[in-house]
Amino acid sequence: MDDVAVGTLLASTLRVSVPLILCALAGCLSERSGVIDLGLEGKMLLTAFGAGAAAAVFGSLPLALAVALIVGVALSMLHGYACVSHRGDQVVMGMAITMTAAGLTVVLGIAWFHQGGQTPGLPDAVRLAPWFAPPAEWIDHAPPLLKALAIGLLGHNVMVYAALALVPLVWWLLARTRFGLRLRAAGENPAMVDAAGVSVQVLRYAALALNGVLCSLAGCYLVLAQNPSFIPHMTAGRGYMALAAMIFGKWQPVGALWACLLFGFLDAAAIRLQGVVLPGIGAVPVQAIQALPYVMTVVLLAGFIGRARAPKALGVPYAKTH
Amino acid sequence: MNSGGELPRWLDLVVLPLFNLGLALAVCGGVVLVVGLDPLQVLALLVQGAFGSRIGISYTLYYATTFVFTGLAVAVAFHGGLFNIGGEGQAMLGGIGTALVALALADQWPAWLVLPLMVLAAAVFGMAWAAVPAALQAWRGSHVVITTIMFNFIASALLSWLLINVLKEPGNMTVESRSFGPGAHVPALHEMLAGLGIEWPRSPLNLSVLLAAASAVLVYLLVWRTRPGYMLRAVGFAPEAARYAGIRPHAQIMFSMGLSGALAGLVGINEVAGTHGRLLLDYVVGAGFAGIAVSLIGRNHPVGIVLASLLFGALYQGGAELAFEIAGFSRDMVFTLQGLIVLFSGAMAQVAAPTLARAWFSIERRWRPAHG
Repeated sequence: MDDVAVGTLLASTLRVSVPLILCALAGCLSERSGVIDLGLEGKMLLTAFGAGAAAAVFGSLPLALAVALIVGVALSMLHGYACVSHRGDQVVMGMAITMTAAGLTVVLGIAWFHQGGQTPGLPDAVRLAPWFAPPAEWIDHAPPLLKALAIGLLGHNVMVYAALALVPLVWWLLARTRFGLRLRAAGENPAMVDAAGVSVQVLRYAALALNGVLCSLAGCYLVLAQNPSFIPHMTAGRGYMALAAMIFGKWQPVGALWACLLFGFLDAAAIRLQGVVLPGIGAVPVQAIQALPYVMTVVLLAGFIGRARAPKALGVPYAKTH
Repeated sequence: MNSGGELPRWLDLVVLPLFNLGLALAVCGGVVLVVGLDPLQVLALLVQGAFGSRIGISYTLYYATTFVFTGLAVAVAFHGGLFNIGGEGQAMLGGIGTALVALALADQWPAWLVLPLMVLAAAVFGMAWAAVPAALQAWRGSHVVITTIMFNFIASALLSWLLINVLKEPGNMTVESRSFGPGAHVPALHEMLAGLGIEWPRSPLNLSVLLAAASAVLVYLLVWRTRPGYMLRAVGFAPEAARYAGIRPHAQIMFSMGLSGALAGLVGINEVAGTHGRLLLDYVVGAGFAGIAVSLIGRNHPVGIVLASLLFGALYQGGAELAFEIAGFSRDMVFTLQGLIVLFSGAMAQVAAPTLARAWFSIERRWRPAHG
């Protein structure tokens, strides 16, 4: 492989990892506060539709972002209303969000845009432009390693860098702030949080609100950066893969980042590895590479490579006892 | 519950679920309005499409057959205290089992020998696919919800690899196996009725519908009327008490998940053998997830599940008809309703309970003095 190929592989790894990273961070926040989120897939899909529809109708980037944020936070608040306020089953809630989103986006898409559920191609005005794009002649004359890095890391859109910057931010929020300490305590021992006079309810709602914001960003990325328009079922299981990455990263933002990059790399490499004969293994079927993230997550969950420990109170609705 | 009193049983078992279902329908009606259609017209056409003709009824029953299998699968696991989201993958494996038996034997062997073997293979393959997450839950403590989701994706990769690399006929552009031999032909209803001299329109409805009915009865008998079923429910209801009573939880997890996977696997008989006569990529298309909705509104009981399956069968069939009748109506409306049902009858099932209770007790108070 030459340095250009390495660079493009690095670049496509980053690009496919971004929605995974954003959703995995969203999952981290809600799950560390004790609320299971199997609805990442649905939240991402519905916010992507919101962003795509708003961008197609108004042709304005801020409006597209705003609509996606409203949709994402509203879904998270519904999540909280059902599961935090009314102690509904969190797993069922996630399935409900994902199933409803899968149907609703197509129904509304067909009714509003008459293109089989797609939105029209979005104008350049709402698309996210590349940042830090190095001049072409500079790349041509750069030494090999620098050239690969430049191709891989520069010239992405703002969301790529934002996703990467959000990882330490979420880490800092969870690990180094009073809010984060309380949030994690709500996921481990909510009775203690309650006894300390802090509302478990409020903490979990706050975690869900941030979760909604991050899911919206992932949805926006899909329509405003990665694809030219909204396409039905465009999340294609990425929400579940992000969930797997979050578990693979042991519910830690930084761990989740590495898992997302690994899964993203497998995704990006799967196409290139198709039909390639690896020494000692033979030709690797592309499906095996696609299934690998899920297999690895199962193996990790089974405790064969380290131990993934979920927050203690994960999935347990908190009932304040009088 | 902070409602200040228990709900009467009939209110909890009948009125509350109907209220939740009504809410889901109302919200879906709102979506229909937003889309610019008349909800009442849609409803009328939907009922007409599902029940208005013999062919409509046949299709309704055909869809319902698949939902009975996946709905029972969710319910059995639920009674064992487990949430099996892997119906989708288990159904795919069931289809693979069906297809492997059919492709290997159906060319020479007679149907009376191949059909039972296909049913067995579908059940065993589905069971095996559920057994891995079950074992990991039992012995390694891995959460079965997460592992079954992962297994759905692994199953879909396995199915696509198998079809593209092993079973696809050379020269065929579509990704599917060759057609099964005559021995794997599941008699269709119209063929059986023609044998009796009754003319019935062609539809995919086949003998699997009886298999589904039998499964519902057997699940009822097994779970509610036998010792293993009692132990299964005991573990689901009170795991600690069950363990104290000498029931081994590991074995029970394997049992309930195995049974659940076997039921989901039977989808393969209805879809792969009964309808298509070949293995395809997308014969499951959300049936496993629909099973969650079916089980939720069927309240995890075989009778409820059969009724809910008929409802969903009617929705799927009516929805397909509507997509033909009304321009701009998409079958995805039915998937939306399905999601809304999971939302209102599942996740938010208890939200309305306090309000209903307050209403009920105020009615009761006003009513009591008048009647002494």
